[in-house]
Amino acid sequence: MSVVIAGAGMHPWGKWGRDFREYGVHAAREALADSGIAWADVDLVVGGETVRNGYAGYVAGSTFAQALGWNGARIATSYAACATGAQAIDTARARILAGMSEVALVVGADTTPKGFLAPNAGERWNDPDWLRFRLLGMTNPAYFALYARRRMDLYGATSEDFAQVKVKNARHGLANPYARFRKESSVAEVLASPMVSDPLHLLDICATSDGAAAVVLTSADYAKRHGIAAPVTVAAVSTITPTFPNTVIDMPLLSTDSSAVTGVPERTFKEAIGQAAYEEAGIDPADVDVAEVYDLSTALELDWIEDLQLCKRGEAEALLRAGDTSLGGRIPVNPSGGLACFGEAVPAQAIAQVCELTWQLQGRAEGRQVEGAKVGITANQGLFGHGSSVILSV
Amino acid sequence: MTPVIEGWFTTGAEPRLLASRCTRCSNVVFPPVPSAAGAAAFYCSNPACDGQEHDSVELSRRGRVWSYTDAQYQPPAPYLPASDPFQPFALAAVELPEGLVVLGQVADGFGVGDLRVGAEVELVVETLNVDETGERTIYRWKPVAAQEATA
Repeated sequence: MSVVIAGAGMHPWGKWGRDFREYGVHAAREALADSGIAWADVDLVVGGETVRNGYAGYVAGSTFAQALGWNGARIATSYAACATGAQAIDTARARILAGMSEVALVVGADTTPKGFLAPNAGERWNDPDWLRFRLLGMTNPAYFALYARRRMDLYGATSEDFAQVKVKNARHGLANPYARFRKESSVAEVLASPMVSDPLHLLDICATSDGAAAVVLTSADYAKRHGIAAPVTVAAVSTITPTFPNTVIDMPLLSTDSSAVTGVPERTFKEAIGQAAYEEAGIDPADVDVAEVYDLSTALELDWIEDLQLCKRGEAEALLRAGDTSLGGRIPVNPSGGLACFGEAVPAQAIAQVCELTWQLQGRAEGRQVEGAKVGITANQGLFGHGSSVILSV
Repeated sequence: MTPVIEGWFTTGAEPRLLASRCTRCSNVVFPPVPSAAGAAAFYCSNPACDGQEHDSVELSRRGRVWSYTDAQYQPPAPYLPASDPFQPFALAAVELPEGLVVLGQVADGFGVGDLRVGAEVELVVETLNVDETGERTIYRWKPVAAQEATA
């Protein structure tokens, strides 16, 4: 038995500051319409929690179910930082695989404040997310910059390489109706934008956005019985934790685990996230046709390409320079335009990655289609040991 | 001068970071586990160990830069700017011989141009900010090459 995506929908990304319910309901109705399944037939709603919208955000599953009109469905809410949406999909998938649900609606939506993401108010001397700001002034972009600088010193990456990722993703997102930023970018423009955390410029770093994404999941059997057009198989959902010792400094922590007692692990956390997905799907990195990865910064996209084993460590710049990760290249990365064109709407983002791959594998990604794509992979990583990778196939 | 946070580092001529070490498997963690009444219990982070007792150990003063960056915009609260207008400062993640990487600000007067992945740095204690109790101090990483050149 397998689980399929019967429908996908999104609200465009932007910055309006409206109630997150509005975005979520829009995405949910679009996903339901795409599937052709009636709201009354949904027996499970899983919401991606948003932590910036009060109680309604903490109980997102219930909030969306109520906004769509109570229909007696089971509800669940997931929170896993950037991996929230994938964990919500995993929850829905597990219940369908267990034969306890037939049709699940998974929704994530967010409204975000302007500027740097900062911790909640109050003094919290035991909270690393508070301490990193209070003691070190360590923002999210500063973590991204550490990874970027390491690529420069170890692999010879340049600021031009990083800018080229932005140029590529900006071009990819031009035709995407859900993207917030739809404008060509140039290397000169990226390099001329203000330096935020050396070596990352403002245009190397993704914005925070409002947005919503939703998918309708059913069993393959249900999809067949109900004549669902072009279902896409969920081949893997990896939402693993790190394995001790986690030796790569991770936002919002002030240190890594020590490797003194056990030695350095075979795989880093991000490498392990992808590997677990490949093993679950029973495929190799060479089978992947398209990838949607979490480009919180331009340089981070290069890290992900290697973490997902789409090339060897230290070779992502060569792949980029050869145009292999552009549309029409060997392994297009972020055909949606990625976070560069969307900005991050945390609880919706991992679902948005899945929506994009769904349309790619159905051949419906107009203006940004990866020709003949059969297998796609997503990847993201967030705070406190959360991360995910989803593999879809047709 | 008072440390901005209790129990994270020693002061004096040769300051060091303080870590908690599991008495069963010797795994060390930084930041150290708070010892104040009501603080969270210590659970060893090594999954092969169920140790719940720890002692305090000093970490090596010198380490090697894992990576580095800076803050060219003023970070949001609860960061307290040390000056007005805001002065950019550098940050480094430093790999210590105890097998862990510790993040810290870089000593006053040094920027990303003074750093390199693999370069040696040494722990110093400097003023983070001034409040009603006086100067509050924090540990920082100082490039060793720069220090020896000026010595």
